[in-house]
Amino acid sequence: MLDFPRWKIWSICLALAIGVLISIPTFIPESVAQRWGIGGLPRVNLGLDLSGGSHLMLEADTTDLAKQNLIRMEELVRTEMRRADPPIAIGDISTTGGRLSFFVRDGARVDAAVERLRTLTQPSGMTGQRDWNVQVVDSTRVVLTPTEAGLAQATDAAMQVATEVVRKRIDEMGTREPTIIRQGAERIVVQVPGLQDPAALKALLGKTAKLEFKLVDLTANPQDVAQGRAPVGSEIIPYPDNPSGVPFIAVKRRAMLTGDELINAQLSYNQQTNEPVVSITFNSEGGRKFARVTQENVNKPFAMVLDGKVLSAPNINEPILGGQAQISGRFTTDSANQLAIALRSGKLPVALKVVEERTVGPDLGADSIRAGTLASAIAAVAVVIFMFVSYGRFGFYADLAVVINVFVILGVMALLNATLTLPGIAGFVLTIGTAVDANVLINERVREEIRRGRSPTQAVEHGYKEASRTIFEANVTHAIAGIIMFILGSGQVKGFAVVLLIGIATSVFTAVVFTRMLVSQWLRRTRPASLHI
Amino acid sequence: MRLLKLVPDNTNIGFVRLRVVAFVITALLTVAAIGAVATRGLNMGVDFVGGLMIEAKFATPPSLDAVRSNIDALGVGTSSLQQFGDPGTISIRLPVPESNDPGATNAVVNKVDASLKKQFPGVVFTRTDTVSGKVSGELIQNGVLAVVLAVLGIAVFSWLRYEWQFGVSTFVAIVHDVLMTLGFFAITQLEFDLNIVAAVLTIVGYSINDKMVIDDRIRENMRKFRQMDMKALIDLSVNETLPRTVMTSVTVFLALGALLLFGGHVLRGFAAAMLLGVVVGTYSSIYVSSSLLISLGLQPLRIAKPEAGRPEAERVGP
Repeated sequence: MLDFPRWKIWSICLALAIGVLISIPTFIPESVAQRWGIGGLPRVNLGLDLSGGSHLMLEADTTDLAKQNLIRMEELVRTEMRRADPPIAIGDISTTGGRLSFFVRDGARVDAAVERLRTLTQPSGMTGQRDWNVQVVDSTRVVLTPTEAGLAQATDAAMQVATEVVRKRIDEMGTREPTIIRQGAERIVVQVPGLQDPAALKALLGKTAKLEFKLVDLTANPQDVAQGRAPVGSEIIPYPDNPSGVPFIAVKRRAMLTGDELINAQLSYNQQTNEPVVSITFNSEGGRKFARVTQENVNKPFAMVLDGKVLSAPNINEPILGGQAQISGRFTTDSANQLAIALRSGKLPVALKVVEERTVGPDLGADSIRAGTLASAIAAVAVVIFMFVSYGRFGFYADLAVVINVFVILGVMALLNATLTLPGIAGFVLTIGTAVDANVLINERVREEIRRGRSPTQAVEHGYKEASRTIFEANVTHAIAGIIMFILGSGQVKGFAVVLLIGIATSVFTAVVFTRMLVSQWLRRTRPASLHI
Repeated sequence: MRLLKLVPDNTNIGFVRLRVVAFVITALLTVAAIGAVATRGLNMGVDFVGGLMIEAKFATPPSLDAVRSNIDALGVGTSSLQQFGDPGTISIRLPVPESNDPGATNAVVNKVDASLKKQFPGVVFTRTDTVSGKVSGELIQNGVLAVVLAVLGIAVFSWLRYEWQFGVSTFVAIVHDVLMTLGFFAITQLEFDLNIVAAVLTIVGYSINDKMVIDDRIRENMRKFRQMDMKALIDLSVNETLPRTVMTSVTVFLALGALLLFGGHVLRGFAAAMLLGVVVGTYSSIYVSSSLLISLGLQPLRIAKPEAGRPEAERVGP
């Protein structure tokens, strides 16, 4: 029990030495570490509440997503029916109530239509369920309803793309060290450290950046437009900067071209007016389409629609053949640049809302670090002195264990790439207080055993043995609380739980195994007749 | 050098004798805590009710009324102000603007910033938190779930490990600790936020740790002294572990005291909750969970009973 072979002593010391060594890079400022060529070593990351910075949680607008899903299906259905030989005539397409329904004009071809639709649906998930249910109602009406699995799959696909788009946009903004994590089914968490303006970031992420070019419907009666009535095949959409004063305009429902066919977008200035504009370059197919449409519609106005709002509706003065165009609108340099970034990084497949935002100024973060370090140091000194005056040599061993433990916890955190938050510092301080509990248990037990008349060696042996069981049980229950905190806690609470859990694991090692080794070596060396404890 | 001993050797305090008095006091305090929560409510932070929180640091401590009238004149909703930490720091709470425009909250923050800067030059916003209603609902749900699961999980663990009486008494004692902490927050009206949930969970963990040590000793003595009367046995166990209980409470107290005094204003609520938890947890270990074992009818181990469930062999230490 108190017998420590040499290899055991060496491995205990080695394990602790490694733990302490790994913690060292954390104490060296990053810039210094880089100069020394050890910048790549694992270090403890500081949470935003300590480093300062912004945390944004974005949530997909699922109703918008469901709508998009229906619109996409509508397009697919139209194409598929047209592709049939001969084409199947359909009409009265509706997307209300979260379902897509249409009417097949020729009653005899309903089955053929359903047959074709089946090829559009895909199996989703493990259950063998398909992503859409196809039903025939009243023998001529076909109804497509997205299944739950299908919607989940659509959400997942959209969020994957959205995360990529968000990442691209943030990178393009020149943000330093952003963290972008998909969270749960429909959320994305964005964290940017330091003093960076979250407002611009939010404005950029809040844009879907769906760009469409649509012809203006000149046949629409201005009175109808004012009342929101559009001619067949057209729609009324907002046009806030309309020179005519009416904030609406009638445009053709079908887009001539969309932002999907862009390969580049840049901020530039109009050569005549010197106003900021966004210059766009189409891909080859988009360029061809644009050339054809502009050739066919010379002297007619066309609308540039962004996220359902018209930016401007200039006249096509001549065919535009080079595959390049300029988007004008009432831009400032900043807003034109933002739009260029948004267009370059692609449109978001789903609208994102900011549901949580936390910004901590770097000053407060620095204050918190200072206060946290001070509190930890004072706590450590107070506990160390108290343990020493209470248990003498045994207290000193416990103190040694506590100090090493602090470094080992940091080392383990660095290895796990864990983040230290302000509640994490509280976890540290608390761990300093509770880690010595194991030693208190042991030392009190040794005292008891001595009172019962055991020899020093026997008392120590018994003390460690009896106390170890208690320590194990107490720590298991403590860990249960920690694990629950870790699983259910959000950001800050998780940061606390991480330190607590690591602390529980390492403190059992330092407070029990390490001190037992120290005590046993001392007992063997001096063979004391009585213990001063 | 003479070593410090906070608790003299071989104390023999009759804790169990006082249990009826203790139960009455405990019950009264618990009812008072529940009453305080019910009548005064908790001062929930934006984490749990949603909203916009700005922490503003003023160059010189302003009057709260002046700040309030300044903000209320902006028409961004009713503000609620609270001094936070040092006198120059004020937390400003506002409702989240109801708009789908992602810039709406920033517009509010900027408006408040500009208006305050005019009247109080040198004011800086050190922190802003915006939490939507949906997220705050989830945070509450997760917080409550975490505390309930922790309490239940630990009670089940101690029930499986020992007799059912230990599980029940531990459960009652922790529920008591949690209620007392909530009562403390209702009375002081300190802000109740996510950090406090972490504090409550830690109190649960600490308190349980404390009870485990005593329960373990009771179990050990039950094996050792099979003939001993249960009341005497529990008194003996509590007295035997008393030095450790006091020592650990003091070390944790020292650590948390440092955190409360020097850890900065953000952690102050957390440290206060924890300090209270240590006191309450220690009290409930001695007066609630241990004494309750007798009321729950914990019987001494029969000599005839085979030690199949928990044989001596299991007590081998590392």
